[in-house]
This record gives sequence, C-alpha cells and structure tokens, in this order.
Amino acid sequence: MATATSPPPDLAVAPEPEPPATRRAAPTDVAGLGRGRAVAFVAPALALIAAFLVFPAVWTLYLGLTNYRLTGKAAKAPELVGVDNYTNALSDGRFHNALGLTLLFVFGSAIIGQTILGFTLAWTLRTARGWVRGLVEALVLLAWILPSSVVAFLWIAFLDRDSGTLNAILGTSGKAWLVNHPMASLIVFNTWHGTAFSLLLFGAALRTVPPSQLEAARLVGASTFALLRDVVFPHVRGHLLTNTLLISLWTFNDFTPYLITAGGPERHSETLPVYIYNTAIFDGQLGYGAAISLLMLLINLVIAMFYLRLLRERR
Amino acid sequence: MTRLDPAVRRALARIGFYTFIAAITAFFALPMLWLVSAPFDATPGLTPSWPDFSLKNFRALRDNPYALRSLWNSVLIAGGSAVLAVVCGALAAYSLSRVRIPGRDGLLYVLLLLSSIVTGTAAMVPIFLLMFQLNLIDSRAGVVLVLTGGLLPAAIFILKDFMDATPRSYEESARVFGASPLQILRHIVVPIVRPGLATIAVWAVVNVWGNFLIPFILLLNPDKQPAAVVMRTFYTEGGQPNLALISTFSLAYSVPVVVMYLFVNRRYGFRFHGGIKS
Amino acid sequence: MRRSNATTLAAALAAVALTTTACLGAKDDNADPNRGSGAKDVTLTISANAIAGGKNAVEADWVTKYVIPTFTAKLKQDGINATIKFQPSGVDDEQYKAKLALDLKAGGGADIVSLDGIWVGEFAEAGYLKPLDDVVGGDAVSKWDGWAQIPPTVQQNMSFTDKRYGVPSGTDGRVLFFNKTLLTRAGLPADWQPTSWADVISAGQKLKAAGVPAPIQINAGTAMGEATTMQGALPLLVGTGKEIYDPDSKKWQGATSNVKELLTLYQQIYGAGLGDKTLQQEAKGRDKSFADFAAGKIGILLESDYFWRSVIEPKAGIAPMKNRDEVVGYAKIPAIRPGAGVRGQDFVSMSGGGGRSINPNTKFPQQAWQLLAFMNSAEATKALLAGSARLTQRTDVNSEVLTADPMLDFIAKQVLPLTAYRPGLAVYPQVSAALQQATADVVAGKSPDAAAATYQSTVQKAVGGNGNVATS
Repeated sequence: MATATSPPPDLAVAPEPEPPATRRAAPTDVAGLGRGRAVAFVAPALALIAAFLVFPAVWTLYLGLTNYRLTGKAAKAPELVGVDNYTNALSDGRFHNALGLTLLFVFGSAIIGQTILGFTLAWTLRTARGWVRGLVEALVLLAWILPSSVVAFLWIAFLDRDSGTLNAILGTSGKAWLVNHPMASLIVFNTWHGTAFSLLLFGAALRTVPPSQLEAARLVGASTFALLRDVVFPHVRGHLLTNTLLISLWTFNDFTPYLITAGGPERHSETLPVYIYNTAIFDGQLGYGAAISLLMLLINLVIAMFYLRLLRERR
Repeated sequence: MTRLDPAVRRALARIGFYTFIAAITAFFALPMLWLVSAPFDATPGLTPSWPDFSLKNFRALRDNPYALRSLWNSVLIAGGSAVLAVVCGALAAYSLSRVRIPGRDGLLYVLLLLSSIVTGTAAMVPIFLLMFQLNLIDSRAGVVLVLTGGLLPAAIFILKDFMDATPRSYEESARVFGASPLQILRHIVVPIVRPGLATIAVWAVVNVWGNFLIPFILLLNPDKQPAAVVMRTFYTEGGQPNLALISTFSLAYSVPVVVMYLFVNRRYGFRFHGGIKS
Repeated sequence: MRRSNATTLAAALAAVALTTTACLGAKDDNADPNRGSGAKDVTLTISANAIAGGKNAVEADWVTKYVIPTFTAKLKQDGINATIKFQPSGVDDEQYKAKLALDLKAGGGADIVSLDGIWVGEFAEAGYLKPLDDVVGGDAVSKWDGWAQIPPTVQQNMSFTDKRYGVPSGTDGRVLFFNKTLLTRAGLPADWQPTSWADVISAGQKLKAAGVPAPIQINAGTAMGEATTMQGALPLLVGTGKEIYDPDSKKWQGATSNVKELLTLYQQIYGAGLGDKTLQQEAKGRDKSFADFAAGKIGILLESDYFWRSVIEPKAGIAPMKNRDEVVGYAKIPAIRPGAGVRGQDFVSMSGGGGRSINPNTKFPQQAWQLLAFMNSAEATKALLAGSARLTQRTDVNSEVLTADPMLDFIAKQVLPLTAYRPGLAVYPQVSAALQQATADVVAGKSPDAAAATYQSTVQKAVGGNGNVATS
C-alpha cells in the first residue's frame, strides 16, 4: 500500500506546546534533529561536494571566460576573452549540430526508448511466470551493469560491417551500421544499455496500483488501453516524471557514444559530451570547451525546469 | 465486427506474449554472446562463434603485469566511493528529508547540474591542479574523494526520495522513548531504507567501475590504476585491439560487478524508488 | 533572507574565481642548472607512452631491462647510488599528451619525458619545456658526440625556433606500397616507380580494369585522424611544392592552388571509383586498410615504414603477409609533376617521430642529461632494436643495422633526404583537423573548390587572423 508522507493526525491537529529548549522542531522533524544537528549531518557531504565538485566546477566556468589552452602560448598567459567563447559557440555550426544530435539522442533513447520499453516490459512481466520474469530482468540488468568500455566493444563487434552478428543474422553482410546509421545505432544501443532503470522503476510503481481497481476495471470490460490510461497512469505519473528527469539528464551527459563512434563519421554522431572532449583534448581548447560545458549545463537547467513545471502542475 | 472466441483470443495473446519475450531476450542477449565465447577461443575474432576451446587467454591475462592488480584497484576505488557516498549521502538525505533548511530544493538541483560539469572533460585541469595542491596526485584515496564528490548530489537526491517515503511513526515512537537522532537513524531508519542504500551502493560502484578519465589523470603509477584505464592499454602500437586480452579482461572486469549486484539483490533487494512495500 | 544568501554566495564564488586566476599560469623559475650535480644519491624517473605487455612493449622492456640496470651500474662505478624508475603508460597519444601537459604544468612529471616531435613547439610556448642548453647549462649538450650522428633534418623534429629541446628517438618515412602481383596482372611493371600524379591515376585505372576492388588507398576523412594528414594530405601537399606552414612568412596554407590540387587528386581517386569510399569513414578504417592490403584487395597504399615492419611483417605483424618480400613493392611518392615538389624535388615524403626531453623541474639536471645521452648512445640504440630493423635517429646504427632490410635501407638512404616535417605549433592539430575535414568533404562529393573554401575559413578562425593564412 502507498505510504503516508504527512505527519500522523494527532500531531498535526494538536501541536505540542513549545519545549523549553530554544530548538524548534519542524512538524516533519520527528527525530528531533533540530536545525543545528541537521546542518551537522549534511556537513560531511557538503564538505566533499564543496571541495571536489563546486570548486572545480566554478573554476571550470571561469575558464570558459578565457582562451585557455593546455599547451601553447595561451597556456602560459591565458587572456580573458569574456563572452567571445560563448558567441563563437552559439554561432558555430558544429555546436548546433552537437546540440541537435544530443536532443535526438535523449528523445529517442531515453524518453521514448527506455521509458516505453521499460514500461512495456514491466507491464507484460507482471503476469509472467517466475522464471521468465527472472531471466528477462537478469538480462536487462546485465546490460546495464556491464562497464561502458566493455559494452561499447560488444556493440562495435555486434554491428561490425564484415563479421558482425547482426549482419550475420539479417544476412546483410557489408552493411556498415555505424557508418551509415550512426545515430539510429546509438539510440538502439542506449535503449539496450539503460532500460534497466525504467524497468525497475515501473515495476515498483505498478505494484502500488491497487489490484482491486484493476480487477474492477477488467470486470467492467475495459480494454487494456483504457485500463492503462484511467487506472494505472494516475498512480505512476509522479514517478514517471521524476525519473524521466533523471534519465534525461544522465543520457544528455552520457559519454559512451564516444567509445562507439567517436563522433563519426564526419560528426554525424558527435553529441555534446563528445564535442567537448574533442574540443578540449584533441584541439586543446580548454577555455572553449569549458564555455560549452556551461552552455550544456544551462540546457540541462532548462530541461529540468520543464519537468519541474510539469511536476508542480500535477500537484 | 465479430468478436473472436475468448479462447482463441487468449491463445493469440499468449503467442504474442511469448513472441515478444523471445524477441526481447534475443535483443538483450545477442550482443553479450561475444563476451562468453571469445575469452575461451584460442583465435577470437569479432563474431561470437563456437570457440576453438582454450584457456590460454586466461593465462595471458595472468601473465600481464598490470591486469589482475588493476582489478583489485577497481575494487578498492569503487568500494571506497560507494561506502563514502552511502554514508555521507544517507546522513545528508535524512536531515534534508526531515528538516526544512531554506533553499534546500534549489540547492539540490543546482548541485545535480554542477555534477554534470565535473564529470566532463572540461573540468580536467581544475581537478588536476586542485589535487596537486592538496598533494593527492597518484593517490587512490584522492580518486575516491573526487568521484564521491561527483556522485553525491544524485545519491542524495535518490536517497531523499526514499527517506521522504518512509513513515515517520517509528521515529516518533523512538524519540518519545528518548533515542538520540543518530540512534534513530542507525536503528530505525537505516533498516527501512536499506534497499535504497544498497541501490545507491550498487549504482555508485557501477558508475565508478567504468570511470576512465579521473583515475587516468590523477594516477601516475600503473600499479595503482583501475581496470578501466588498463583496459585501454590492450591495443598494439597501431591501435589494433588485442582481442584475446580484451575479451578475457572484459569478462574478468564484468564478473565482480555482476556478483556484487546479485549479492546485494538477494540480501537487500534492489530498487531505485523507495517506500514501496511489495 | 534569501537574497542576501545569494549575494554572499556569489561574492564567495567570485573570490574563488579570482584567486584561481593566478594558479593558471605556468611557474617560471630560473633554476640553477648545476643543482644536485654533486649528489651521491640520485633519483631519476623516465616516462614513456609504453607499457609492458601492451603498447610499445618493446620500448618498455628496453627501459626496465637494459637502460635502468646498465645506467645504474655505470653510476655505481663513479660511487653514486642511483634509483631510476620507469613510469609506463599505454593510452592514446592525445590522452598521453594531455596528461604530460598537466604534469609539467603543475611542476611535476618524470625527469626524462618522451614526447612526439610536433608537440615540442606548443609545450615550449607554454613554458613546459626549456631548451636543453638552458636546462643543463654550459656546453655539455652542444659537445655531445651523438649530434654528429643525427641528421640535421631529424634534429629539427625536436627543435623549436632553432633551439634543441630534446634528442630525437627515431624517425620514419612514407612511400607508396604496392602489390606486385596485382600490378603485373594489370600490365604494370613489378618495379613500378611513378613520376607524377597522372602516373598514379593511370595505374589505378589499369588496376580497376583488372578487377582490383580498391585500386588506390590514400587515407582520407576524419575517422583516421592524424593518419589522414600524415599518410594522405601532407605528402600530397608537399608534392605540389608547399609545406603546410611557411616559417618565413609565418603563414598557413589556406585555399591555395596547392591545396586545391591535392583535393582534386582525392576527387580523381574516390570520385572515379578508384578507392573505397566507405573505408574512409569507418572508425577502424586504417586497421581495415591494412587487412585489405594484406588480403590483396588494395593495389597501391600510401603508408609509412611502420606498415612494412610492424603490420605486414611475416612473423609478428598485425596483418602478416608471408610472402611480403616477394609480393610487396615500394616506390617514392612523386610530386604532382617532376620538379614541382617542395624544394624543387621530383619526389617527396613526410616524416614524424618523437624524442625525449628533460623536465625543467628535474632535481638533477646534470645526471638527467647523462642518462639521456646514454639512452641515445650507439649501444643503447642497438639494444633497443634487439635485432630487428627499424630507422633509428643515428646514422651509424642505421648503416649497421639496415643492410639486412632493403626497404628500410631504401628509406634511410633515398627517402629521408627528401622528407619534410610538420610544424610544431600549438594550433597545428586544428589545421590538421581542417585538412582531414576537407578530404572528407571531397570524398563525400563536394567540389575541391568548395571544400577548400570551408577549409580556409576554419583555418582562419583557428589561427586567429586572416593575415596568417595564405590564400593563393
């Protein structure tokens, strides 16, 4: 059954008189943490985050305002170029290409691929026999757990032009999937790689749908589609949104496409993370790469705000 | 339109179901076949084929001076990051869940976004220089600290979700009995959110296990480098992959993570979303 | 309440940013070259992009099994206790370069560092490397007898603004390899030596008529990276008479007639079916080209001697050819027409190679130089070869070792005098990438003029200023 998130009735109705101590506990602070100790609990995480996340991140953002390079004259004496990096990026066709490809990648593999496949699997496996369910879940999870470099190599071998398994099965020997259909291959790959998250999530969410409601709907003769729309969907909507946000952000920042196509051929699969890597390491333009990182972050922000607005509307 | 006989409809549905399951199983299993056939093949190619059975690849792996040690380094670094992320993350998530600190939601989202910068290549120089100033270059502990910093925002985000969804009645009762917040956390809350903690631990290990860039730039001595870095060295001078070593190492590299997941799942259950009692 | 929190946060971040500004520039000390020269206990570290059991394993083994024990023993005879360590690495060149730059920038890194010749300029400009004379002081470096054995052109590879920054550790040369069986089948002589680009094209057409799937393979596209530039665009460019960068006028080649001519050759090859277009786009295209040549699918291949001695080598090659010595021929790369090559040559080539340098932050400059000189001595160089034949930086070793291998002897005697090197400037990788893109465009069907125009605007943006780019 769904669990309560609000305080039990008795506390909410009759608030206790203020304790003599100056600490005032909020209604949700059932353990009596108080603000001071709450801050202390957060402190270790905050310290790590401040030192190893915020500090380098801010420094990187600062680099985005310079023409800093790892080697060459600009390494010794980087100059502040202000917004030049940003205006260059925004007017660079390569940046827009990378942005478009990344959005396509996120939309295709995360929003459509992983979500739909995850949900479909969760729904169909509800009624499957134990061993079938176990097998499918195990395979899906295995695809997620295997390290990126291994998985990348598996798919390079799978899609190989001359000796790949896919071509062997389809009989299309000589078809260069990664060269002629790079984004499609990457989208299918990422769906394969990341469905585990959605599968687990929807599996858990579907378990919260009261079986009685499902039974009632079925007795009335509702079609599967109506069942999903009217009974299931309202229960899973919140989870759907929050977790689609996470996998969208994760896919947006995913570097694995580099391991498979390295952005090729001719930048047809150069997503933003790959573009930044190519700019920062290959071209050595760290300042420019940092500026693009900030642009990426702003786009992530826009995406996040979009989801939050949807979430808030629901409430 | 005539309605099909219910028995026929059910049969069709079942055929459809099994076809779908078969297709899904094939989809997920096929790319992985190479991983189980190539390591045992004396002359592995890119296609998974019935292996020319031999264990010599494993011997070659054992003889490579860095391969096995790198697996141990991966275990150390991933384990360290997971432990640190779970402990600090749980503490922070608990207090953020129970106490209203101003700006907490906004802060969490900002941190989540910043973590995407720090895990990218552009942050390479700042991280390196920072670690150099802290004298943590060529130190696995330094790598753990940097990686944990990057993992924490998402870990806190997910754990807070778990904490929010657990009932507070137990904690209230414990407080009435005079337990301190730390005791409440340890004895009441942790057992309830254990699946969440286990999930975050697994997720942290999976993330760190495959991380290349940070260990690469921060560690100088290949004796300390994890498997993700060493795997990149199994190429010959011309960039030709040494398939025998790569396949065998990939298998060895994958097994620990899988074993860990199975262990955690059996003991604690593995869910990304909390508070759901099945 | 919230607003003042935000402003304090912003102020704190700004303070952090300002304090980190200072940390970005490289440290510039004037250290005494004679520091540590009298020490009785010396620690030195050697680094290289080589690792036992992986990339460049031969070099890694040479350092750990020969250089370190022998040099330690030498110092012991002088009463000095030396601890010499090796810092292996086995990753992509770009990643190794980034890591090396980071180490040097922070003031750390090994004492003897290996690096590619074309990185010297950008590392010097960034202050990461100093001229050897400055690091070691006095005339110890200039008096070394090894310099007489290293040709001036090869020394240039590890020099910048006419100062020596390191000692080269070998070089290579590029030629046209061809399959004699396929050529004779097409009616061409077994000792084929083209004298112009038209000769190459007509040979390709004859091969095509004889049924060879991919008559000519000259690397193109961005997938092969620097291999496209070094085994494709640049040898062709010097064949039209110009190098990619002119140090006198300080200009890079833009959409000049030379660039257009080289792109036209690509169009003649890939537009007329004389080459495999798809191969240029594959992620592992270069490896595939090796395998295809070994399998007899490619007739003519422009490659470096690395191909001969490590790829199609009959015993230990990646794509071994048992009958390599009988079936594979080699010819000098012709200029577009006789006498039109750079320096008025009829034939051209390009060379690369790396070398070793001394870290300016080393604690023992004198001893580091002794170690470096030892590593480049005749005995040590021969020990590295371990009986195999390859082009070393020393002519004395070459004349001893290469007589056994006619092909490498051919390169040492006939190709190296003709060769050119890439400019070691920081912005070169971007120019190279633009060149690769131009070849990719042409292979995909764009006209050479259009591709050259795009190339020019990319280069102008990269080098910052249209004045630095030659347009004709």
